[in-house]
Amino acid sequence: MTKQYKAVSLISGGLDSMLATQLVLAQGIHVEGINFFTGFCVEGHTHAIRKHDKNKVKRNNALWVAEQLGIKLHIIDIVEEYKNVVLNPKHGYGQHVNPCLDCKIFMVGKAKAWMEAQGFDFIITGEVIGQRPMSQLAKRMPIVAAESGADDRLLRPLCAQNLAPTLPEREGWIDRAQLKDFSGRSRKPQMALAKSFAIDDYAQPAGGCCFLTDKNYATKLQDLWQARKKRDYELDDIMLLKVGRHLRPTENFKLIIGREEGENNYLSGYRKQFTSMRVLDHEGPLALVDGTPTAEELHLAARITARFSQGRDAQNVEVGITTDSGSAHTLNVQPLPADELPKAWYV
Amino acid sequence: MSDHELDARNLLCPMPVIRVQNKVNQLQAGDILTVYCTDPGVKQDIPAWCRINGHALVGEPEERDNDIILTLRVGD
Repeated sequence: MTKQYKAVSLISGGLDSMLATQLVLAQGIHVEGINFFTGFCVEGHTHAIRKHDKNKVKRNNALWVAEQLGIKLHIIDIVEEYKNVVLNPKHGYGQHVNPCLDCKIFMVGKAKAWMEAQGFDFIITGEVIGQRPMSQLAKRMPIVAAESGADDRLLRPLCAQNLAPTLPEREGWIDRAQLKDFSGRSRKPQMALAKSFAIDDYAQPAGGCCFLTDKNYATKLQDLWQARKKRDYELDDIMLLKVGRHLRPTENFKLIIGREEGENNYLSGYRKQFTSMRVLDHEGPLALVDGTPTAEELHLAARITARFSQGRDAQNVEVGITTDSGSAHTLNVQPLPADELPKAWYV
Repeated sequence: MSDHELDARNLLCPMPVIRVQNKVNQLQAGDILTVYCTDPGVKQDIPAWCRINGHALVGEPEERDNDIILTLRVGD
């Protein structure tokens, strides 16, 4: 009886890892998926907090891909361990605060540990030579294999024919001739392969699947580090950077103001961790106060919050303020006029 | 067989799914797990996670106050 070889596939939820997995499944290999949650993942649901995105399909693409492929998916929380990748990337950052090469090395390393613990034989990724500037350059692909420790148990089915044969190919666990030789940034070969597998529905995130490659998000993260005078974060910090308007009127505090009902509901879950405020006599957003404002600054925060309420043109409005410990008071304030709200406050 | 509860409120997907996955790993086949969530995404994701991993959703997701409540039976 021949051995049933088993592979673990890094499933991002995008097309490439889906196709890479399908190529290996088609050769009779048992495949299970692994998906890492870093806290920076661009999830459909994060967007779906906002009303205007409600028409989007609210699905987790990694789970959806696994279901389409008929494989199990293991979602691993790596939030804590991933901090070191973000804060101290050995290979540096890309255009923003994206440590793509270190990230790939880290994830393949985690997949290798999982593979060994579960008795699997090799690892699959959807990498394509030359597709991404930082982590998928030809000269950098061997770095991922070497520094992750996966070595020649790391198979990239979409570009395998452009690379030296890996262990699964040399040992005949898998037929190299049925793998692909994709390279470069063109998506046409992937789309043609998807068609041949009758895959016609797949996620195509414009900026990849990670907020660290997003300029606006990176600015907010760097502002957080600067304000706290420390390069560090907790999961709640980086989740909140995805939600609301962020305004920093002074060094002492930042306001996070919900833009829609969904965001207000989400922010309300943080009322025990932050001072929060809301206009009481008009419709308006929930705002969280991050930092330690003086009494004068808290008054300014209330005026800004009022600016974003339906009472923005009223002479005065009542703003209810609740501290994280639950004590509440109200301030009667004049909403801040538009011309007194400088653009520079927006993070 | 025993009944269990999990509080996954105020977590955005995929955290509720991860919490369910980690909890189910500690349970026995046939155990019942009731999960309390607030992210509407769980209505898609937890059933999908159950389907691909061989667990059964008991009934439909229920919405009560601000909670979304799902009940599942752990598979073999």
